[in-house]
Amino acid sequence: MGSPESAEVAGAVEGAGVAEGAGVAASFAEDADARTMAWYVDKGVEILVFIGGVSAIIFIFGIFGFVMKEGAGFIAGSLDLGEFFTSPRWAPTSSYNPTYGALALIAGTASVTGLAMLLAVPFSLGTAIYIAEFATGRIREILKVLVELLAAIPSVVWGFIGLSIMNPLIIDLFNVPVGLSVLNSGIILGLMAAPIMTTIAEDALKAVPDTYREAAEALGATRWQVVFRVVLPAAKNGLVAAVLLGVGRGFGETMAVLMASGHSINIPTSVFDSVRALTATIAAELGETAVGSDHYKALFALGIFLFLVTFIINLTADLVIRGVRKR
Amino acid sequence: MDKERPLAIKTQKLSLWYGTFQALFDVDLEIRGGMITSLIGPSGCGKSTFLRCINRINERLGYVRTAGKVHVLGNDIYAPAVELLQVRKQVGMVFQRPNPLPLSIRDNVLFGYRIHNRDKGRLSKAAGDEIAESALRRVLLWESVKDKLGSPGGGLSLEEQQKLCIARLMPVKPAVLLMDEPCSALDPNGTEAVEELIWELREEYTVLIVTHNMAQARRASDECIFMLMGKVVEHRSTGEMFVTPRHKETADYIEGRYG
Repeated sequence: MGSPESAEVAGAVEGAGVAEGAGVAASFAEDADARTMAWYVDKGVEILVFIGGVSAIIFIFGIFGFVMKEGAGFIAGSLDLGEFFTSPRWAPTSSYNPTYGALALIAGTASVTGLAMLLAVPFSLGTAIYIAEFATGRIREILKVLVELLAAIPSVVWGFIGLSIMNPLIIDLFNVPVGLSVLNSGIILGLMAAPIMTTIAEDALKAVPDTYREAAEALGATRWQVVFRVVLPAAKNGLVAAVLLGVGRGFGETMAVLMASGHSINIPTSVFDSVRALTATIAAELGETAVGSDHYKALFALGIFLFLVTFIINLTADLVIRGVRKR
Repeated sequence: MDKERPLAIKTQKLSLWYGTFQALFDVDLEIRGGMITSLIGPSGCGKSTFLRCINRINERLGYVRTAGKVHVLGNDIYAPAVELLQVRKQVGMVFQRPNPLPLSIRDNVLFGYRIHNRDKGRLSKAAGDEIAESALRRVLLWESVKDKLGSPGGGLSLEEQQKLCIARLMPVKPAVLLMDEPCSALDPNGTEAVEELIWELREEYTVLIVTHNMAQARRASDECIFMLMGKVVEHRSTGEMFVTPRHKETADYIEGRYG
């Protein structure tokens, strides 16, 4: 402790907080304008990013609030919920007896989504497994880009394909009078949902630590055994989430389903029946209703129902994914 | 030195490239069975690469090219007609970080057995229990896990996980065990326990172990191979090498002048 410097250090250490705080204050007082341009930029960016982050929450609640405002009063008041969920008669424009049975629409959406998933799940899981586990180098890159491109095709283009290519094809192949049906829109929707499911499933597979694969291979497992006995069980949650998000996508899809499903109110008994989806109903009818009328509000009731269903599906998917991380 | 022991691993002019980078240069080694041979050398000298040639796990990386011959128990494992499955049945591997599969403890132990005995049909519960128990007993893990065989292997301590990784090799009945720094992720107690276990296993298996730890190589191996820059510098009995190294590089490395 000979030199004055070391004495000072010792003093600062002993005086802990107080002395140190005073020292900092003094040093700042000397040049009061320590805030440089960089400081302002930093603060500015921070605020911008914060607004960006919070806006998602604001928008969600905003949309929910808006949809609720338009539809909630009607649901609570004049809408017969029993009729809504059990009657297949959706006739809001009837002049003497308007009915608001959404069962056929729900059945339409459910049947199209169900068929779409039946087709898309094996394909997208297969693609994801191939990309994540087997493809290498350039093939993998090309496939990933193609899958993403597939996701970028506008839904109206898919609808157009359903209308102008699939429709005559189905009529010819199956000898049915109409090709706009559950089958048509299911295939189209399956093709649309497959890319997003593939991407998410691939992420889930990629998230499986490579040490698992290495361990299994060192034990003599073949690549397929590694995939089926180790990778798929380990990625199970992520894969379930991928499928759920695909289902959510299917439920919410509007334009393609509107164009390819035939848009006729009907509880389907075969895949060749035309159906009408919840979303398509809103899209087709909302423009032709008087704002504030019962019909208008009934469409918002459909919207609330859709919103709740997709919300629950996405929330479940999210929780499932979180389940993966926790473990 | 017991020169009567049969050869377990023999390599002839083994060279290996990662892309254009050559990691092994004409490695000629004869490793005897039923003992522990340790591979030492500074980082990047090719000792892990060499180890990973013996069960061809290197081939997982698509850009690896090998030349030369590797014989395990007299069989050329790089011969075209050789099945990887058989190579890996004979040659088990333990990795640097314990890597239990995302399965239960029991299923971890039975994983390899199931793969190699598929033709025998479904494994009965009793037979499976017996195999699992004897393997876990062999690695001194049975007492601590016998009540939680159904819980995930990843939930064990690192030491236990590493023992589990050794246990899952037992039902496959390999002849050679490759160990790539098996203790480097463990604490001193775990290291000691796993080392003791490896020491005990040498009665039945040929153990080839890569280590960074001079003391470990010295106390826990019969023979020692010193590698440098992808080449073998010295291969002798551990006692001799540590007391009277023949090459200057070996002496420098052992004394900690580099590495």
